[in-house]
Amino acid sequence: MSDAIALSRVRTVRARRWRAIRPLLTVYLPVLPFVAFALFPLYFMLVTSFKSNSELYDVGSVPFWISDGATISHYQLLSAETPFWQWFANSLIVSVSATVISVVLGVLAAYPLARMRFPGSDSFGVAVFITYLVPPTLLFLPLTSVVNWLGLSDTLWALIVTYPTFLVPFCTWLLMGYFRTVPKEIEECAMLDGCNRLQSMLRILLPAAVPGIICAALFAFTLSWNEFLYALVFVSPAELKTMTVGVFSELIRGDIYYWGALMAGACIGSIPIVIAYVFFLDYYVSGLTSGAIK
Amino acid sequence: MHSQWTWQANRVLCLTLLNKCTSGRVNSLRPNPANGHALMTLKTADIDLAGPVASEARPAPRRRAGILARESRSAYAFVTPAFCLLAFLVAYPFVLSVWFSLSDARVGTAGNFVGLGNFERLFSSSIFLQTLQNSFVFTAAALTCKIVFGMALALLLFRVTRFKRLIRGAVLLPFIVPTALSTLVWWWMFEPLYSVVNWTLKSVRLVDHDLPWLPDPYLAMFVVILVNVWRGLPFFAITLLAGLVAIPRELYEAAEADGAGPVRRFWHITLPLVTPVLGVVILFSAIFTLSDFNIVYVLTKGGPMNMTHLFATYSFTLGLQGGEIGLGAAVSLFLFPILLAVVFLQLRLMRKAAIYE
Repeated sequence: MSDAIALSRVRTVRARRWRAIRPLLTVYLPVLPFVAFALFPLYFMLVTSFKSNSELYDVGSVPFWISDGATISHYQLLSAETPFWQWFANSLIVSVSATVISVVLGVLAAYPLARMRFPGSDSFGVAVFITYLVPPTLLFLPLTSVVNWLGLSDTLWALIVTYPTFLVPFCTWLLMGYFRTVPKEIEECAMLDGCNRLQSMLRILLPAAVPGIICAALFAFTLSWNEFLYALVFVSPAELKTMTVGVFSELIRGDIYYWGALMAGACIGSIPIVIAYVFFLDYYVSGLTSGAIK
Repeated sequence: MHSQWTWQANRVLCLTLLNKCTSGRVNSLRPNPANGHALMTLKTADIDLAGPVASEARPAPRRRAGILARESRSAYAFVTPAFCLLAFLVAYPFVLSVWFSLSDARVGTAGNFVGLGNFERLFSSSIFLQTLQNSFVFTAAALTCKIVFGMALALLLFRVTRFKRLIRGAVLLPFIVPTALSTLVWWWMFEPLYSVVNWTLKSVRLVDHDLPWLPDPYLAMFVVILVNVWRGLPFFAITLLAGLVAIPRELYEAAEADGAGPVRRFWHITLPLVTPVLGVVILFSAIFTLSDFNIVYVLTKGGPMNMTHLFATYSFTLGLQGGEIGLGAAVSLFLFPILLAVVFLQLRLMRKAAIYE
């Protein structure tokens, strides 16, 4: 009798222990390689940027960590010998301007698409969707001629004007979905009280749709900060380059690679996005999924 | 009896609401005989209101036409800036691109119409045929990996309860970091002399000499695909995760009660219900994988021996570096039929979803 009780107690203890360990084995252990795969390159970027050249180019040393003392010489080289902070400022100017333009145009276009019926509304919606899917790589050649014709080549304006071509469709699409989730009735009440469409949008809908607008702005900023092709094609003077292009094209001279400085540049170039990301993770997730789900 | 009472209650409510909205001008409310109790016609002192729900009061036809016209005028005013931008900087360049592809335009010259000459030249060029093949291999391989591993990762993330935000955040990071910069670190990781990958493979005695990752055509293609998967996997995982979260729990409970194991639950519940989301994600990713530029340009510039060129990088090489804008535009236009197919399928999927809602 007591044996049976003891046995069952052992079993429950085992079952309990198994229940505690199970998620560790079936969820956390398998997720580990994915996390490592995602993070290792970024970790390696950071580690490389702080390694001294002698360790960097020593085939015998362990590459995974710094064993010979960390150094900021690569960051110093970046500051002293390249217009690195100029690139940073360029990226910031272009990204902020393109984001503001795109969010304003996106709000204006998304509002009637989500709320009003007008002849051509369906076809404009489809057109926005198509342009949303047009990859920049399809249009960079003719856009080069348009930019030249406008006299904007080799200025930051070339980027401020062209980035909205992929940002506006994105913002419109995202905001359209968001505006539809705000109940129509609040606006109808406002309009019965004498608001016109513009007032109703500015005073009623926009305050209710702030999360959607933050989300659109974050994505627009991220996409323009990360943009590479247009920045590579439309702007060639070194001091007018953006972060992504500057680090890539100015730090590789012929066959000489400044790997430490390259990684340092890549780190600093990623930081603004990573900071935004840490603070607004949930917005990024919702923006990412809303495009596909809604 | 019951419905009569409900209607009475509704009438009181509607009258109250309407009077609030119309400052007390509504004084009677009667059921519309043609539509039974659900619809009602409203008689008011100075306006005729007819509509299914009182709060959606509609004006008489004549005024409705006026209001609709004013409504569309303001709608057009809202839409115009975006429309102009897209017309001038997307639609017009597209037309220009088609014109370029049919001309022998070079940098600095307008070019003459040459019909399909550029396309004939492309199809007789072995580099272009290689590019066509590369694009297919690259897209098929990268998409397959992203679908399989993305699904696996989504299923795992769905079951993560502790450190949820931390783990999701970490997994999503490669998608957010600038691709051109993160690809640099992959380049460094596969650098011929100091490759950390070779170092690791050698120290665990898997290989005894350095593998020429980027100088070898096949290994280079492998690396390019690997980096694309690294970058694109989070998009699949996070979106599919959102799809998984949307599946009602009851279905799994019912299946479990009926004795279905985890594998059968996956095949018969998870997969069918997540398929619409998966379809959209695949279509999105197909177009953006196929049109990739950054990864190939940074890692290999299309080399070695043009073995990793995709449409975008080859078009860049021909059109900008070689100055043959016509030929370059023709190459980039190969993206267009696939774009059209994706748009068509997407719109069909969305219509279907709209019907189900």
